[in-house]
Amino acid sequence: MKPAAFDYLRPSSLEEALQQLAAGGDRAKVIAGGQSLGPMLNMRLAMPSALIDLNDLTELAYVRDGGAFLSIGALTRHEQIAGSALVQARCPLLGQAAKTIGHYAIRQRGTLGGSLAHADPAAQFPLIAMTLGAEIEIARQGGSRRVPASAFFQSAMATALAPDEIIRCVHFPTISVNEGMSFQLFNRRHGDYAIVAVAATVALQDERVVHVRLGLSGVSAIPQSCDAMVRPLLGQLASAVWAADVARAVRAAVTPEDDAGITAVYRKELTEKLVQQALERALTRAKG
Amino acid sequence: MRHVEKRLITLTVNGENHELRVEPRKLLADALREDCRLTGTHVGCEHGVCGACTVLVDGKPVRSCLTYAIQMEGHEVATIESVASNGVLSPLQQALHEVHGLQCGFCTPGIVMTFEAFLKSNPAPSEEEIRDVLSGNLCRCTGYQNIVKAIQMAAVQMRRNADHVAA
Repeated sequence: MKPAAFDYLRPSSLEEALQQLAAGGDRAKVIAGGQSLGPMLNMRLAMPSALIDLNDLTELAYVRDGGAFLSIGALTRHEQIAGSALVQARCPLLGQAAKTIGHYAIRQRGTLGGSLAHADPAAQFPLIAMTLGAEIEIARQGGSRRVPASAFFQSAMATALAPDEIIRCVHFPTISVNEGMSFQLFNRRHGDYAIVAVAATVALQDERVVHVRLGLSGVSAIPQSCDAMVRPLLGQLASAVWAADVARAVRAAVTPEDDAGITAVYRKELTEKLVQQALERALTRAKG
Repeated sequence: MRHVEKRLITLTVNGENHELRVEPRKLLADALREDCRLTGTHVGCEHGVCGACTVLVDGKPVRSCLTYAIQMEGHEVATIESVASNGVLSPLQQALHEVHGLQCGFCTPGIVMTFEAFLKSNPAPSEEEIRDVLSGNLCRCTGYQNIVKAIQMAAVQMRRNADHVAA
């Protein structure tokens, strides 16, 4: 299908884009990579009055070391994140997740900001943002604000972004060298959205698990942090038995719903299996 | 339905400038086929899944059904028509021909464009990497095995050609 008619604006700065967005009202839409918005336009699920194309704002494409966090510009493409040596060194969980998004051609075009703003419940970057407790920096005319991932994602495809706001960059807490991490997903076909995905980091001290960050997508409308579920099992010896115990606890705590083609119990099965796998791999990496 | 004026744009395709009058909603794929008369780019699903319409934008593979022609002003688009030179197939095209890497040919332009770019950035990929990248292009005839074989053959040939040039 072909999209409905829209006007096209091509700002050359973020300021200009924000002005155009404010002037366009709530029927104007920004487009970055267009890998999610494009299909919605073509199928007429979205019919904006105007597209404001952010692709010339190359100053928003970067990965910067901010010490305890990595700051990544909203227009950074998935492939840049997947291939970034800085991401690999400081936040490998993010790089590993980026490599699994869609397909090669999709990753050349899709952007970090676009993925977060779109907020598909099964998408990789929202899950990583939630797991690590990233902060999303949002620009509006004459100001900006920082919103933690836990407040940014509100429901499936719904975020805290106001109609006149644009994501400027995302601050991801880094992973220290003694932490192990793993990203696991299950889908029916390579490159599809995950049915369930799990992101995990673990830190050990004297062979005991002292710190865990565990995130899960596919069992609720937004990705969820499972840190509270894991807390009672902290301080135990790092082992496959521990990983299995955590996986069972998470399975018992999540409440997915039946939907067309995929039952809730199947999502629970996948959750247990993937949490166990992710924790085992993260433990192996943490033991180095 | 709202009316939006057509806009005059310059589209650079395979090194040539095309002056086009298009609505902003015109897909790059449709502009290439209908306005530039370059029908080698095939349109399959129109929502980014099948990969048939893949072209290169500034050297990178892009779904031409998920980009609008008007967005491409100031960028270089390359289509399947640019791959063979003076009737001589590229190593990848030649390999696909030799090992039966295509049957109906509908998906082939997208596969060729994807791997012309991929093999430049990764001249010696593993079979797993090839299959990962190929997962973005649907083929309903071949079963993929011979496409993988052709890409492996092409990679070897392209490395030889590069060595030859370097020597």
